[in-house]
Amino acid sequence: MISKDNVLEVRNLQTSFSTDKGEVRAVDGVSFDVPKGKTIGIVGESGSGKSITSLSILRLLAENGKIKGGEIRYKGEDLTKVSEKRMRELRGNEISMIFQEPMTSLNPVYTVGQQISEALISHQGMNKKQAMVRSVELLKLVGIPSPEKRVKAYPFELSGGMRQRVMIAMSLACDPEILIADEPTTALDVTIQAQILELIKDLQERLGMSVIFITHDLGVVAETCDYVAVMYAGQVVEYSDIRTLFKQPKHPYSIGLLNSLPRHDIDQEKLMPIKGNVPSPHEMPTGCRFAPRCPAATDLCRAKMPELMTDDSGNQIRCWIYSDEWPGEKEVNVYGETRIAKG
Amino acid sequence: MSEETVNHPVTAKKVNPQLESFKQFWRRLAKNRAALIGGIMILFFVIMAFLGPWIISTFTDWEPNKTSVANKLQGPSAEHWFGTDSFGRDIFTRIVFGMKLTLYVGFLSVFVGGIVGVILGIVSGYYGGKVDTIIMRLMDVLLAFPGILLALAIVAVLGGSLTNVIIAVGIFSVPAFARIVRGSTLSVKKLEYIDAVRALGASDFRIIFKHILPNVMSPIIVQASLRIATAILTGAGLAFLGLGAQPPAPEWGAMLNEGRQYMYEAGHVALFPGLMIVVVVLAFNIFGDGVRDALDPKMKK
Amino acid sequence: MTKYIIRRLLQTIPVLIGVTILVFSLMHLVPGDAAKIIAGEGASDQTVENIRERLGLNDPLYVQYGTFVGNAVQGDLGSSIRSGRPVMDEIGARFWVTFELAFYSTIVAVFLGLIAGIISAVRHYTLTDVTVMIIALFGLSMPNFWFGLLLIQWFAIGNWMPESLEFLKMRPSGWGDDWRQVVLPVLTLGTGGAAIIARMTRSSMLEVIGQDYIRTARAKGLTERIVVYRHALKNALIPVVTVVGLEFGGFLGGAVLTETIFAINGMGRLTIDAIRTRDFPMVQGTVLVISVLFVVVNLLVDVSYRYLNKRIDLN
Ligand SMILES: Nc1ncnc2c1ncn2[C@@H]1O[C@H](COP(=O)(O)OP(=O)(O)O)[C@@H](O)[C@H]1O
Ligand code: SF4
Ligand SMILES: [Mg+2]
Repeated sequence: MISKDNVLEVRNLQTSFSTDKGEVRAVDGVSFDVPKGKTIGIVGESGSGKSITSLSILRLLAENGKIKGGEIRYKGEDLTKVSEKRMRELRGNEISMIFQEPMTSLNPVYTVGQQISEALISHQGMNKKQAMVRSVELLKLVGIPSPEKRVKAYPFELSGGMRQRVMIAMSLACDPEILIADEPTTALDVTIQAQILELIKDLQERLGMSVIFITHDLGVVAETCDYVAVMYAGQVVEYSDIRTLFKQPKHPYSIGLLNSLPRHDIDQEKLMPIKGNVPSPHEMPTGCRFAPRCPAATDLCRAKMPELMTDDSGNQIRCWIYSDEWPGEKEVNVYGETRIAKG
Repeated sequence: MSEETVNHPVTAKKVNPQLESFKQFWRRLAKNRAALIGGIMILFFVIMAFLGPWIISTFTDWEPNKTSVANKLQGPSAEHWFGTDSFGRDIFTRIVFGMKLTLYVGFLSVFVGGIVGVILGIVSGYYGGKVDTIIMRLMDVLLAFPGILLALAIVAVLGGSLTNVIIAVGIFSVPAFARIVRGSTLSVKKLEYIDAVRALGASDFRIIFKHILPNVMSPIIVQASLRIATAILTGAGLAFLGLGAQPPAPEWGAMLNEGRQYMYEAGHVALFPGLMIVVVVLAFNIFGDGVRDALDPKMKK
Repeated sequence: MTKYIIRRLLQTIPVLIGVTILVFSLMHLVPGDAAKIIAGEGASDQTVENIRERLGLNDPLYVQYGTFVGNAVQGDLGSSIRSGRPVMDEIGARFWVTFELAFYSTIVAVFLGLIAGIISAVRHYTLTDVTVMIIALFGLSMPNFWFGLLLIQWFAIGNWMPESLEFLKMRPSGWGDDWRQVVLPVLTLGTGGAAIIARMTRSSMLEVIGQDYIRTARAKGLTERIVVYRHALKNALIPVVTVVGLEFGGFLGGAVLTETIFAINGMGRLTIDAIRTRDFPMVQGTVLVISVLFVVVNLLVDVSYRYLNKRIDLN
C-alpha cells in the first residue's frame, strides 16, 4: 500500500466515556487509512465502537466522551489537536456524516430546504436564496422527486427513505472530501436499503469523494467497499483490501464472520453464530479481546494483547497467530479453515 | 449501554421486572445528594416538631401564648431570638410550636388526598372504560379551579379552621395523585407478568395490592413530597387570609398575617414565619426532586 | 386539527357542567342552614325565610340547579347578599384588574423563566447553572404573599431609592391611579411562576440537546450558538407552552392573596371579602368566572400546543 494517497489516517485511536460505573473505553486501538476516492468499510457487531470511531473523527462525542489518545490525520492535520473553530470549518464542509436514524436526525421544526441551506450559508457564504436554489439541485441529485416542492417540506412529511436522501443531500452540500455513512440503511426497509446503497455508490463515483462506510453487514461491504476494517470490542482486528478479506480472511473473528455469512441470501440479520458474547466494556479481557470466544486461543492470547501488525502486502492484523511469538501449532484450524502460523 | 438491555431476553415472566430494581432504587436514592439533604432536613423538622415544644417548656419559661405587653414588637435579641410580636409573645417559641401545625397540614392533607387519589387512579387505570372516563372527568373538574381557588372555595363552605384547611388541601391534592397513578397503572398493566399472574388465577384485588401498588410506589413518593410542599404553601396562604387556624394558634401563615400590620415598624414579625415556611417547603421540594432524579436515570449526567 | 379542536371542545362540556354543579353545590354543602348563616346570628325567622325565598332554596335541587345554570348562561349570577347589586356587575367592574394582573405576571414569568432556564441549560452542571437552579428552587418554595410583603417593606421603607423609583413607595391602593403600581404585585406573582418555567425550560432544553438532530446540526459545522438558539430552543419551547396556561390560571387563583396584600380591587379580593361576609352568591360568582376563564385559557393553550407539536407528534 505504498502508493496509497490517503486523505485520512487514523492511528491507534482511543476514546473513552466517563460513566457512573467508571471509565468506559469504547474505542481502544483503532487504526485505518482512507485512500483518496475510495470507500472503506468498517464492520463489526453492534457495540464494537464503530459509531464512536466516526464521531471521534468529527469530534462530536457526547459530553462525557473524550479522545484519550492516538491520531486522526486529515491531509496532514491532526484532528485530535486542532482548534474547535478549525473543526467547525471542516465539519459538513470537508468531512460530513450521515447517521443511522433518519427519523430523528432531522430537526422537526425546520423545512428540508432550511436545513440543507444552513451548511451552504455557513461554509460557502451563499445567501438564503442561492442556498435554496442549490438545495433544490441537491435534492434532485439524490433522486427526490419534485424537489422544488419537497424543499419546503417538513421532515414529518417524508418517509424514512426520503429523509435519508435528504440527509445525504445535506452532507453533500459542500462537496466534502470524506463522507462518513454510519449504518445509513440499517433503519430502512430492505428495498429502500438497496436504493440508498446504490445512491451512495453512484454519488461516490460521480463526485470522487472518499467514503467511510460503517455497517454490521458484511454483504453490504462486499458490494460497496475497496478496503475493510473489521472491528471487535473497540479495536480494529483486521484491515485489508476487500479481495483479501473475502478470499483469505486472517483474523479468527473475520473468519467466523465470513463463515456465518449465508451464501446467496439477502437476509443477513443473524450475522453472529460465533459462540459466546461480546465482552462488556467494563470487563474487557486483559489479553486478546477475542480470546474468550476464539477456537484457537492460547495462554499467550489470554495473557497479552496482540498489537496491530502490518504484513508484507500492507494489510494489518491483530492476532498472535501471525507473529513470531505464536506458541501454538503451525497449522491452526479456525472455524473449519486452516491458517498457517508465522512462528 | 442500551444494547445490553435490549438484547436481554425476557425470560422470567412471573417475576416483576420493575420490582427487581427496587433495592437499586433505594441505593440510588441514598447516593442522591439532593434526596439525602432534603430527607435529613425533613427529619430534623419532624424531630423539632415533636421535641422542640417539650424542650422549650422543660428548660425555659417561654410559652407560645404568653403575652407581655411591655415587651411587644421587640427586635431579635439574646432574650428573644426572633424578637417578639405585637402581644409581646416570643416569636421563636411560637415558631417552634407552630412547626407541628405546618407539618400536620402538609402530611395529613397529602395523606388524605393521596389515599383517595391513589385509589381513584388505580381503579381508573386498572379497569379502564367508563369508570376511567368518569373518574378522569371528575379530576378535570377539580383541576378546573386554578391554584388556591379550589381550597378557598371549600374552606368558604366549611368555614375556617385547621381541620377544614386539611380537608380542603387534601381534596386539592387528589387529582395530581389520581392522574400520576393512573398513568403508572396503565403502564404496569401492560407488562407481561401481570398477564401471567392473572392467568394463575389471582384476583383483581390481589393483583392491585401485590403487583400494581408496589410498582407505582415510587412516583407516589415523588408526588407526595412535592405535594406536601404545595400543601404547606396553600395551608399557609389560607391561614394568612384568616381562613385557617384561628388565633392564638402559632400557625405560621396566621403569624404572617398578624405581622403584616406591623411591617413598617417591626418587619421581623413577618420575616421569620415566612422564612420558616420557605425552609420547610424547600426541604420537601429538594427531597422530591432528588427522588425523581434517582428514579429517572435518564436525567443523570 | 379541526377534528382535534372539536374533540377538545366537546371534552370541555362535561368539565363545565361539573364546574357549575360544584359551584352550585357550594351553597348547599354549607353545614347547617345556608340561609341562617347568611342572615347572621340573631336574625328573625322572617328574615331567614325571606333570604331562603330570594335564593330559591325552597325549590327542589334540580330546579335550583337548572335556574342557576340558565341564569348564569345569560350572565345573571344573582345578587350580592351584602350590597344587593348584581354579582355580575360587581365582577365586571373588577374582572379586568385581575385579568391584567395575571396577564402581566404571566409575561414576566415567561420572560424571566425562559432566560434563566436557557442560561442554566446552556451552562449545565456549571456554577451558573447550580446558582440559577438554587434560586429557582427558592422561588418555588416561597409563599408569594410573603414575598409580596417583603417587596413592600423593602421598597416602601428604604431611603435608598432613587427619585425615579419613588413611585414604588406609594402605598398601593388599587389600580388605575398609576399604572406603575402594577410593578410590585406583578413581581410578587410572577417570580414563583418564573421559577417553574425556568426549571421546565432547563430540563426541556437538556432533553432536546441530547437529540439526534442536534448532533446533525453540529455535524454541519454550525457554531454552538446557532445550534443552541436556532436548533434546540425552538424545539425546547414547545412543551413549555403547556405550563403557560397553568401559570396563568395559578395567577388568577393567586390573585386572591396578592390583591389582599396590595389592596387591589380585583376579583380576588372580591372573593375573599365575600367569603368573610358569607356572601355566597358572590363567592359562587367569582369562583365560577375564574374557573371558566381558566378552562378557556387551557383550551387555547392545548390547541396551540397541538398546533406547534403537530410536526413532532406524527413522527
Ligand atoms: N455516551 C456514552 N456513554 C457511555 N458509553 C458509551 C456512550 N456512547 C457509547 N458508549 C459505549 O461505546 C460502545 C460503542 O458504541 P458504538 O460506537 O455506538 O457501537 P456501534 O459499533 O454499534 O456503533 C458501546 O458499547 C457503549 O457502551
Ligand atoms: S490472538 Fe489468539 S485469541 Fe486472539 S484471535 Fe488470535 S488466536 Fe484468537
Ligand atoms: Mg452505531
